[in-house]
Amino acid sequence: MTATNPTWTVSTVRDALASRKISARELASDFYARIEKRNPELNAYLALSPERAYAKADRIDALISKGAKGDTLPPLAGVPIAIKDVISTQGTRTTCGSKILETYVPPYDATAIERLEKAGAVFLGKTNCDEFAMGSSNENSAYGAVRNPVSLDRVPGGSSGGSAAAVAAGLAVAALGTDTGGSIRQPGACCGVPGLMPTYGRVSRYGLIAFASSLDRIGPLTQNVTDAATIMSIIAGHDPNDSTSASAAVPNYASEIEQPIEGLRIGVPEDYFGEGLEPEVRRNVQAGISLLEKLGCKRIPIQMPHTDYAIATYYIVATAEASSNLARFDGVRYGLRVPGATLGEMYRKTRERGFGPEVKRRIMLGTYVLSAGYYDAYYLRAQKVRTLIARDFADAFQKVDAIIAPTAPTPAFRLGEKTADPLQMYLADIFTVTGSLAGVPGISIPCGKTKCGLPIGMQILAPHFGESRVMQLARAFEKAGGFTI
Amino acid sequence: MLRVAELAHLELTPAEIELYRGQLDEILNYIGKLEKLDVSNVEPMAQVLFAGAPGEHPELRDDVVLPCDVADAVLAQAPDAAKPFFRVPKVIER
Repeated sequence: MTATNPTWTVSTVRDALASRKISARELASDFYARIEKRNPELNAYLALSPERAYAKADRIDALISKGAKGDTLPPLAGVPIAIKDVISTQGTRTTCGSKILETYVPPYDATAIERLEKAGAVFLGKTNCDEFAMGSSNENSAYGAVRNPVSLDRVPGGSSGGSAAAVAAGLAVAALGTDTGGSIRQPGACCGVPGLMPTYGRVSRYGLIAFASSLDRIGPLTQNVTDAATIMSIIAGHDPNDSTSASAAVPNYASEIEQPIEGLRIGVPEDYFGEGLEPEVRRNVQAGISLLEKLGCKRIPIQMPHTDYAIATYYIVATAEASSNLARFDGVRYGLRVPGATLGEMYRKTRERGFGPEVKRRIMLGTYVLSAGYYDAYYLRAQKVRTLIARDFADAFQKVDAIIAPTAPTPAFRLGEKTADPLQMYLADIFTVTGSLAGVPGISIPCGKTKCGLPIGMQILAPHFGESRVMQLARAFEKAGGFTI
Repeated sequence: MLRVAELAHLELTPAEIELYRGQLDEILNYIGKLEKLDVSNVEPMAQVLFAGAPGEHPELRDDVVLPCDVADAVLAQAPDAAKPFFRVPKVIER
């Protein structure tokens, strides 16, 4: 195996390091060479952190030269990882894809970063994303769109488009992304790599620069399902710095995902296969479901009656929370300041120049739905419909162990195809926002390609804290060749 | 539009106001579909895990003081700081 093999995985890195076929420093350096070559056309990385990466790689190499292997070698020792630019990394610029944070260097690491660091990971740099994670195409980044490595005239999906593109192009072994309404799963689908959204509260949000606090989740994009399990076992778990992080014990994902799937009941929501779903996506996801049936799963048709209301609900709840969270960017404490004669003028000028069009649109919408006289009609009503959508899932999970659906209604669309019409862009999130609103975990895995070679994603959802279940099904699907169905 | 922009501390250009007026109208019109649902006996979802996972209520930590010696690092990120303060334009007027 050469260092430039794009299919480096956590376990192949581990084997190569332990058997001294390559050093952690050489591996990091090979990845930087690949990034230097490929990033100018992809624009997947916004910042690189070679100083931190090489220092870490040298510490791993020192451990190995002292004879560390097996249990004494940390689980992610020397594994080159990319981080979405909404997650705080001490000493490395973190912009959220926004001009308002163009110069911001966090003074601390997010909890997920701290945990990966302890596990031996080597951080290559920060990946491009839609500004403040608001978007489904990565075209809302203030630093330019990311191109899909599979087809350069297509979007990589969003908002974790840079993370998905980096993993798909072999510019990182794995990456962290964030998912608020589909932002890990949909880019995973568009770029043809697995992307896992954990249960709400499963992974600490401390250090994640907030977009919508009741929806935001950190999760991995990886080359395979096993790597997702390895990373989850490291980043999951309670954190005193995030009061919404769950205290439920973290299972041994790596062993649980190898459990047989025979006899599992998989629910197929009929409402998800109606009009608007592209025929090639429908065909492949149906073929994916048939494969799971062949592997011994029982297919059960289910109803999710409130699906049609999910986009409206999501865009009220998410924008309301965003308008509140983004109030902190006012030119006082960090980032951009545009001078003004008064404090108010300084706020307004700073925010006008610092935020891009989609962020302003969502702040306006969120401010409106929370404003006096409209709160009950919009925000409160949406929170009630959110309860109904969560009930759809709870009811379904009385009858089934997991739900299978398409990740997105279409494969990756062309750059510029939807930018003029925000509502059309929002409607592309239809199959992902439901799981987001319900707080359940979900994974998108590759499920073959279209005739012109564009990846198609299949989504697996499970009840709260059912990460093992979604990855168990995903792993069996992967082993049976489902990724290239 | 202008009132919402004022509440959001956004100084929009006339072109932006025109653009957003149309787009937000369209989005609000779409969002209006929620009115069709009867939600009179439904509780709003205030906690994500409250209904779904009994016993998984978010835990509050003990109210103990933890060392937080970060003032210098924090102020170093400020556009205009005069230790130990952030400096802003005069606020007492009107």
